[in-house]
Amino acid sequence: MAKKVTVVEEILSENDRAALTNRAQLNDAGLFGLNLMASPGAGKTSVIMATIQALGDKLRIGYIDGDLASSIDVDKVAELGVPAVQINTGGLCHLDAFMMQGALPQLSLSELDLLVVENVGNLVCPSGFRLGIHRNVLIASVPEGDDKPYKYPAMYLGVDVMLLNKMDVIEAFDFDMEYFKRGVEILNPGLAFFPVSCKTGEGLDNWLAWVRSEVAAFKEGIVAVYEPR
Amino acid sequence: MHELPITQNILQIALRHAGDAKRITRINLVIGDLSAVIGDSVQFYWDIISKGTIAEGATLHFERIRACFHCNDCENAFEPDGRKFECPQCGSDQVNLVSGREFQLESIEVE
Ligand SMILES: Nc1nc2c(ncn2[C@@H]2O[C@H](COP(=O)(O)OP(=O)(O)O)[C@@H](O)[C@H]2O)c(=O)[nH]1
Ligand SMILES: [Mg+2]
Ligand SMILES: [Zn+2]
Repeated sequence: MAKKVTVVEEILSENDRAALTNRAQLNDAGLFGLNLMASPGAGKTSVIMATIQALGDKLRIGYIDGDLASSIDVDKVAELGVPAVQINTGGLCHLDAFMMQGALPQLSLSELDLLVVENVGNLVCPSGFRLGIHRNVLIASVPEGDDKPYKYPAMYLGVDVMLLNKMDVIEAFDFDMEYFKRGVEILNPGLAFFPVSCKTGEGLDNWLAWVRSEVAAFKEGIVAVYEPR
Repeated sequence: MHELPITQNILQIALRHAGDAKRITRINLVIGDLSAVIGDSVQFYWDIISKGTIAEGATLHFERIRACFHCNDCENAFEPDGRKFECPQCGSDQVNLVSGREFQLESIEVE
C-alpha cells in the first residue's frame, strides 16, 4: 500500500546548514566576509583589486576565488601581497558552502579582518547557494544593459549591496538609470547602491566607506543578526 | 549547470524521510520559476544516481510555481512580463513578489 510522507524541506537545506557552520567559523575568528557575485567580466576582480589597493594598509584582507579552471585572478590578487586561495569548481557554475568549507582552513582566519570571495561569473546560479559569508554583493555593469533586474530577478532579490560598475562608458550604452533603479527598488527596497568605475575611480570612495563601516560594525558586534538565506 | 548536486540533495532528503519503507515510488517537488532548475536534467541525473537505492525508478513530480507579484494598491495579482514590474492594472510600483522562489521537497510516496 502506497503511503504519503510529508517532508517540506528546502532542497538546499544541507548547503544552508554548512553555510551556518562557515558563518560560525568566521564569527569565531572575528573575520567579516563579502561574497561578490556578477556576470563574467562585470568587474569582480577589478573591484577587489581596487579595494585591496585602497584598504590594504588599514585592513588585513584575504581572497578566495571560485573559478571554473584558470588561476589568472588568484595570481593577480596574490601579487598585491594578499593571501589568496583558489577554489577550482571543476566546471560547476557557482560556489557552495561545502567548497567554502574546504577553502577556509587554507587561510589564517583569525589574522584577517576582511575576507573577499569572488564567486563564479554567473548571474543565475550563485544566488541560490549561500556560503555563510556575511554580506552578498552584486556587481552589475553598464554594458550588460539596464534590463537585467527584470531578466534575472533572483540575483537582485538576495543581495545586501549592489555596485553598478563601468560608469565611465554609460554614454555609449543607452543605459536608462531610472529604469534600472526602478526594477531593483521593487525587488529589493532600500538596497545600498553604488555606481562606480574601476577605470576612472569614480564612486569607489562610497563603496570603500561602506566596506569600512561594515567591518567596523561587525567588529563592534553591531551586526548581530545574520540570516544565511 | 548545477542539477547534479541538486539531484543528490533530493535523493538524500528522500532517503532520510523514508523510514523503513521498502520503496520510494514518487517524489513531489515544488519549484519556483525563479530558481532556474531544469526538470529534464534532474530527471536525467536521477535515473543514474537513484540506481541501487530504494528510490530507484521513483517518479519525480515537479510542481512549477510561477513568479507572481501582488499589487498593494489595487490587490491585483500578476506575472511580470520580463520588461517591467509595475502593476499592469493600475500602474503602481507598490508591488511585492509573492511566489516564484520556492525550492522544496514537499512529500514522498512510499510502500
Ligand atoms: N571601461 C571599464 N572597464 C572595466 C571597468 N572595470 C573593469 N573593466 C574591464 O572589464 C574586464 C573584466 O574585468 P574583471 O575585473 O576581470 O571582471 P570579472 O570577470 O567580473 O572578474 C577587464 O578587461 C577590465 O579591465 C570599468 O569600470 N570600466
Ligand atoms: Mg574575475
Ligand atoms: Zn495595481
